[in-house]
Amino acid sequence: MAGKTLYDKLWDSHIVSEESDGTCLIYIDRHLMHEVTSPQAFEGMRLASRLPWRKDSIVAVADHNTPTDHWEKGIEEPIARLQVETLDTNIKEFGALVYFPFKHENQGIIHVIGPENGTTLPGMTVVCGDSHTSTHGAFGTLAHGIGTSEVEHVLATQTLVAKKSKCMLVRVEGNLGQGVTAKDIALAVIGRIGTAGGTGFAIEFGGTAIRSLSMEGRMTVCNLAIEAGARAGLIAPDEKTVAYLKGRTFSPKGQDWDRAVAYWATLPSDVDASFDAMVELKAEDIAPQVTWGTSPEQVLAVGGRVPNPAAEADPIRRLGIERALHYMGLTADMPITEIKVDKVFIGSCTNSRIEDLRAAAGIAKGRQKAASVNQVLVVPGSGQVKRQAEAEGLDKIFTAAGFEWREPGCSMCLAMNADRLIPGERCASTSNRNFEGRQGPGGRTHLVSPEMAAAAAIAGHFVDVRNLY
Amino acid sequence: MKSFKQLKGLVFPLDRANVDTDAIIPKQFLKSIKRSGFGPYLFDEWRYLDHGEPDMDCTKRPLNPDFLLNQTRYRTAQILLARDNFGCGSSREHAPWAIEGFGFQVIIAPSFADIFFGNCYKNGLLPIVAPADLVERLFRESLASEAYLLEVDLERQKVTLPSGDAFGFDITPHRKHCLLNGLDEIGLTLQQADKIRAFEARHKSAQPWLFA
Repeated sequence: MAGKTLYDKLWDSHIVSEESDGTCLIYIDRHLMHEVTSPQAFEGMRLASRLPWRKDSIVAVADHNTPTDHWEKGIEEPIARLQVETLDTNIKEFGALVYFPFKHENQGIIHVIGPENGTTLPGMTVVCGDSHTSTHGAFGTLAHGIGTSEVEHVLATQTLVAKKSKCMLVRVEGNLGQGVTAKDIALAVIGRIGTAGGTGFAIEFGGTAIRSLSMEGRMTVCNLAIEAGARAGLIAPDEKTVAYLKGRTFSPKGQDWDRAVAYWATLPSDVDASFDAMVELKAEDIAPQVTWGTSPEQVLAVGGRVPNPAAEADPIRRLGIERALHYMGLTADMPITEIKVDKVFIGSCTNSRIEDLRAAAGIAKGRQKAASVNQVLVVPGSGQVKRQAEAEGLDKIFTAAGFEWREPGCSMCLAMNADRLIPGERCASTSNRNFEGRQGPGGRTHLVSPEMAAAAAIAGHFVDVRNLY
Repeated sequence: MKSFKQLKGLVFPLDRANVDTDAIIPKQFLKSIKRSGFGPYLFDEWRYLDHGEPDMDCTKRPLNPDFLLNQTRYRTAQILLARDNFGCGSSREHAPWAIEGFGFQVIIAPSFADIFFGNCYKNGLLPIVAPADLVERLFRESLASEAYLLEVDLERQKVTLPSGDAFGFDITPHRKHCLLNGLDEIGLTLQQADKIRAFEARHKSAQPWLFA
């Protein structure tokens, strides 16, 4: 019998029951929540007079609507304030293991605070009403986004009704060059397989280039699995995972720790496990990536040129390119490095962890934002990340370079708060989606790594960050 | 949840691939804590010429004449015809809420994004995966006809074209059962509460740290 994949092991160890058509009831260990996708679920619970099955599985935070400056003013927009207050009320009424309300010193983006507090552990199932829940797969965790009806289902039953996905192995072998990051790996994978390439799959990332990434880098890779269409990204736990988790607030302690570490060592895919699909990339072939269009698959190496629709044979794809070029205000065949930016955003659940900020600061140090760039926002992923960065003096590097150092939150990744692009503005962003209007109506987003974003802020246009070391 | 059994409905063709949930319902409308009222803001940035905000009276907003859904003939559309990877991006259930709120009951596409696909079933919406060449034909015929109607029968898992040609589609027995009967999935799952408790006890003894 063939061995099991990491995904098989996670799935099999959480089956409560299975129907003849393969529909399973899957037990959920951790339920992450934020203010945007939970109010209707709590309301449903209230209407049915139901209580949470296991309130100690809940980790909650307000992150999408919260401002990143002038916290003393509170949330000015009434409808956004009501949504955040509704989360306060719901958690007070229904309970949670951890709740960081707006202005709490540990508040931050749900996908940053989960791991940093040790509430995401290998072997778990983790869900959240948020597609970037795939981030937590970096710990050897089965983690994926769900809709609000499923949020209510998990609240009420601690389970999800689901069918097993197929499993794809994305193997990246070799050594990444300096200035080439986890973000570039992920964007290169999306460029290769497309935004629907992972639909119906969980993607396990493996190979020496993945193993050599820090936990922060692994979170970036798994975070972007959803942009390749895969609900879940996975990376096998190893000594780096164990070292990251040791001593965190909710990590196991004492005997439990030893038992947990021994269990986690059994999780990696067996050597004779088989996958439903396989994709291989060489790390040496990956250059810093820049998206040029309105879908994350519309991505190129920084040395490339904007595509020409005339060269595309497929009519639907050609129309897609034409539409994207029109929306993005770009000309066919222009070099990526000639694209000028108006704003830069360094943050989001993709790239707001301490390592991302160190990388951006490494480029910003001793340099100045280009005069033509209107604003550079640096938004740490959490209160803990913010304090760590300040202890290392990164905030001073950013402000000296003319960047703005903000309070934690989702910020201009999706522009639900006041941080946004105005129509026509162009942004180098470390976030995860370059969809039309994502960072503000009419805004134009180019996805890049923190290093590339900082470099664009300095130059005023995209540059190959490898030339700046 | 409301049930879905069958429908003879007007088709609205949305000729774009990779339509994401940000396009289906932009972020500013996600600030609502309600489950309804999203229909007028469906495809907001494509549908209107001005910038939409929650609680706006959409009957007074300038419509984008180039967006097909604004044509009078599509006012009563109930079947949304789409291209590949429909519903990609964010997991927001506000997307199916907006589609359902507009009046659509069925979505036909060559492929859907996973989370969106699952969210549809929770809201009485039937997403149908159809082969690419057939979708191509539906686009051609619906764009050429003033009132292109399809007949969708969930019990028989069959879609019939105006010509009388028909095609079948897949759906899991569990989803079909829930949709046909408009069942509350939570109620169904709670019938297995004993199994959940038994699993939980085993899980806790194997990995006690998960319950600390």
